[in-house]
Amino acid sequence: MVDLGSLIWHASMSMLTTAAPVCEPAGTIQPSMFNPAGAPAATILGITWLLFVITGAIAIVVLSLIAYAAIRCRRKDGDDLEPAQVYGSNPIELAWTVIPLLIVFLLFMISARGIFDLERTTPPEGSLEVSVTGHRWWWEFDYGDLGIVTAGELHVPIDDGKPADLFLTLHSADVAHSFWVPQLGGKMDVIPDRINHLWLQANAPATYVGQCAEYCGTQHAKMLIRVVVEPRADFEAWVANQQKDAVAADAAVKEGHDLFLRTSCINCHTVRGTVANGSFAPDLTHIMSRDTIGSGAAPNNPKTLRQWVFDPQNIKPGCDMPSMKLSRHEVDLVCAYLETLK
Amino acid sequence: MRLLGDPQVSTLQKPNGPAPLDGPVPFLSKLHEWVATTDHKKLGMMYVTCGIVYLIIAGLEASMMRWQLAWPGQTILSPEEFNRLFTMHGTTMVFFVGMPVLFGTANFLIPLMIGARDLAFPRLNAFGFWLFLFGSFLLYFSYFGGQGLYGMGSAPDVGWFAYAPLTERTFSRGHSTDYWILGIFVASIGSTLTAINLIATMLGMRCKGMTLMKMPLLAWMMLVDCFLVVVALPPLAAAQIMLIFDRLLGAHFFDAQAGGSALLWQNMFWFFGHPEVYILILPGFAFVSEIIPVFSRKVIFGYPLMVAASVAIGFISLGVWAHHMFAVGLSPMLNAIFMGSTMLVGVPTGIKMFNWSATMIGGKIRFDTPMLFSTGFLCQFLLAGLTGIWLATVPFDWAVSDSYFVVGHFHYVLFGGLLFAIFAAIFYWFPKATGRMLNETLGKWQFWILIVGFNLTFGPMHVSGMLGMPRRIYTYEADRGWELWNLLSSIGVVVQIVGFALFALNLLHSSFKGRRAGDDPWDAWTLEWSTTSPPPAYNFAEEPVVYSRRPLWDIKHPEDPDWKYE
Repeated sequence: MVDLGSLIWHASMSMLTTAAPVCEPAGTIQPSMFNPAGAPAATILGITWLLFVITGAIAIVVLSLIAYAAIRCRRKDGDDLEPAQVYGSNPIELAWTVIPLLIVFLLFMISARGIFDLERTTPPEGSLEVSVTGHRWWWEFDYGDLGIVTAGELHVPIDDGKPADLFLTLHSADVAHSFWVPQLGGKMDVIPDRINHLWLQANAPATYVGQCAEYCGTQHAKMLIRVVVEPRADFEAWVANQQKDAVAADAAVKEGHDLFLRTSCINCHTVRGTVANGSFAPDLTHIMSRDTIGSGAAPNNPKTLRQWVFDPQNIKPGCDMPSMKLSRHEVDLVCAYLETLK
Repeated sequence: MRLLGDPQVSTLQKPNGPAPLDGPVPFLSKLHEWVATTDHKKLGMMYVTCGIVYLIIAGLEASMMRWQLAWPGQTILSPEEFNRLFTMHGTTMVFFVGMPVLFGTANFLIPLMIGARDLAFPRLNAFGFWLFLFGSFLLYFSYFGGQGLYGMGSAPDVGWFAYAPLTERTFSRGHSTDYWILGIFVASIGSTLTAINLIATMLGMRCKGMTLMKMPLLAWMMLVDCFLVVVALPPLAAAQIMLIFDRLLGAHFFDAQAGGSALLWQNMFWFFGHPEVYILILPGFAFVSEIIPVFSRKVIFGYPLMVAASVAIGFISLGVWAHHMFAVGLSPMLNAIFMGSTMLVGVPTGIKMFNWSATMIGGKIRFDTPMLFSTGFLCQFLLAGLTGIWLATVPFDWAVSDSYFVVGHFHYVLFGGLLFAIFAAIFYWFPKATGRMLNETLGKWQFWILIVGFNLTFGPMHVSGMLGMPRRIYTYEADRGWELWNLLSSIGVVVQIVGFALFALNLLHSSFKGRRAGDDPWDAWTLEWSTTSPPPAYNFAEEPVVYSRRPLWDIKHPEDPDWKYE
């Protein structure tokens, strides 16, 4: 049975993956499943085209039957005779019981193969292992031995000519979430009393976007994911920088630094190298190395950063960070300090 | 089995019309008559009327969501308001539109079709209706009472499947989720009781000569449906009791932080939730199984296989619930097993599609409005079934589960399928219930407008889902490639609103001014058309005796009766 399955599997995969439409140009960040960037997503797309062809054929057959009946079997005006009453036909009914059964069997064998190929509980060789924790409403990424904890953006190294494997271990700090970056693979739910695993793969450097797929409360819509796949040298530089503690505040931003540490920011946020060691909200040690703030709710630039610190509820209404009721001047001071956290 | 004796044709006696009334009835006594009624026909019409009212409410809720999503980054609704709207929309459509239409039509039609005078337990039947109605009031009262003492809440915003632990007190303050639990719990008690009542009626009160295999297909499918209700609703009630223990009494069934299980809720909910999908769609199957033969002027093709397929759907649907949980990290073997069972349910459903098509082929089809809607049902439900096979395929499901693809898929099932079948049924049986015809011209306009509006709304959702758009998001980024598809969906809603307005107009107008229907306007074959329109309280002047599945065919065609062939 498995042999039959694998035969059909490889035949259909080789046919269908090459028949897939031309990818969009590299660098675009539209999270379409038609633009797979690695083996898991490509496998899924191959199965999708197979499904499209088989069910498309079924649809054409049945719709033709209905259309034939609707066009050719109408009552003509003045024709009051009843048509011949046909009560059924055993051979015909047997046929449309057995043929769908065979189609279902075929689809089952092919797809079961896909399940066993894609669902992994051990990391593929050479993959980057990251522990992911879903929070309401942001993602925490823990690189384990590398000693890096970051939020919202996942950096992955890629070597020339080899796809980058990524093996995630998924935890939830509160409710159910789901980790989904369509171009890199399927999604996997992130559930509080469970530890799940997800294998993703990228074969080209780019920034891939995705977001939480399981409804998790008010700001479910703004729980975005960015996966930055970059050449190994860039990655190593990023790692070296992330591993450092925060720079000491120089005189120019001393006032903002003190204000930050005096305010209740530090109950939730960590800035390594200072007394701020809260773990309820994203680690800010290298906040300026990120493209976005608020888990993708806004681009990270001086203007939005100030808006965010002034009142996050304007950008991400319902999120857990309150407005700290700082004056405009105080906001400038704090942000000037934050902007040194590169 | 044929009854012995001659002649083999019963001459069904028409009851006399309702007694003439002396002057206008005072409003209060009329109200009393409806509130205190145990008549299955009145209860049936009340169920369906409530269903239509809630359909309009839940439809407006959906329209507001589509307005918000028409363009990226809109702020017409706050995130909280949006989340409440989709929770109320889904909950209302499933429990307070789908279920009352199911029980309303079953109430009205089953006794008439099997030649009985009422349900087995008429007062229990009335009790079930009022439980349903007050359950729905409880849910909607949350808009006023959900704030409780905490200053949080209003209507529930946890989604219609209310995944734990989002529903725990930690994450859902106030009483909104309590209202959600109690409203559905109360209504589901009514549903379970009414299902038991209907099963007793169908098993025990069929008229003389009507063996199980001579029951109309509608009755068969409703029978399967009621068994599903009895099996599937109690697990939901149990889960809800456990949840309210968590919320109000400090239990920890689903509270993961205190050692409870979030997955337990998912299992219990979907053990109800998936059969529920078939509970909702089987009445749709039932309606078209009666309507297509009458308008094709042909007997249903393969009655025994249709019965077998219905029973098979009932059984298989109890073993597929984990296909809602393919992304929770079940083992590959479990995923494969549930994929297999889910694909398998496509086989009996496919048999039905083929049998309906075969009934039409070789017929002499009259495309009156009920038949138009039934044909629309066939085409759209076909597409829904096929995307269902896609979703059953686990790797594809990993790509699109919880995305707009799923939203598109189940709206093809419940709107393109069920609601179109409900419209067919309303146009078909309205004359029997009221004695007046619905307007055919308005009906045909409504059909074509809804065909366009429906497909324009829900077709593009399949695309936006495959482009990576998750469901239940109150807004989205502009650069994701989803703008066009969302705009199309929202334009479709505008078209739909026109169609629904025509329907409301038609209902109101035809109830008072519609053409008189007569007893048998469609030249149909089942027992309900042998009595007057509307039927008297006692339904039949004398208990009918039937010899075949189409007793009125036998009377109309004594030279070629059905019992010769069955």
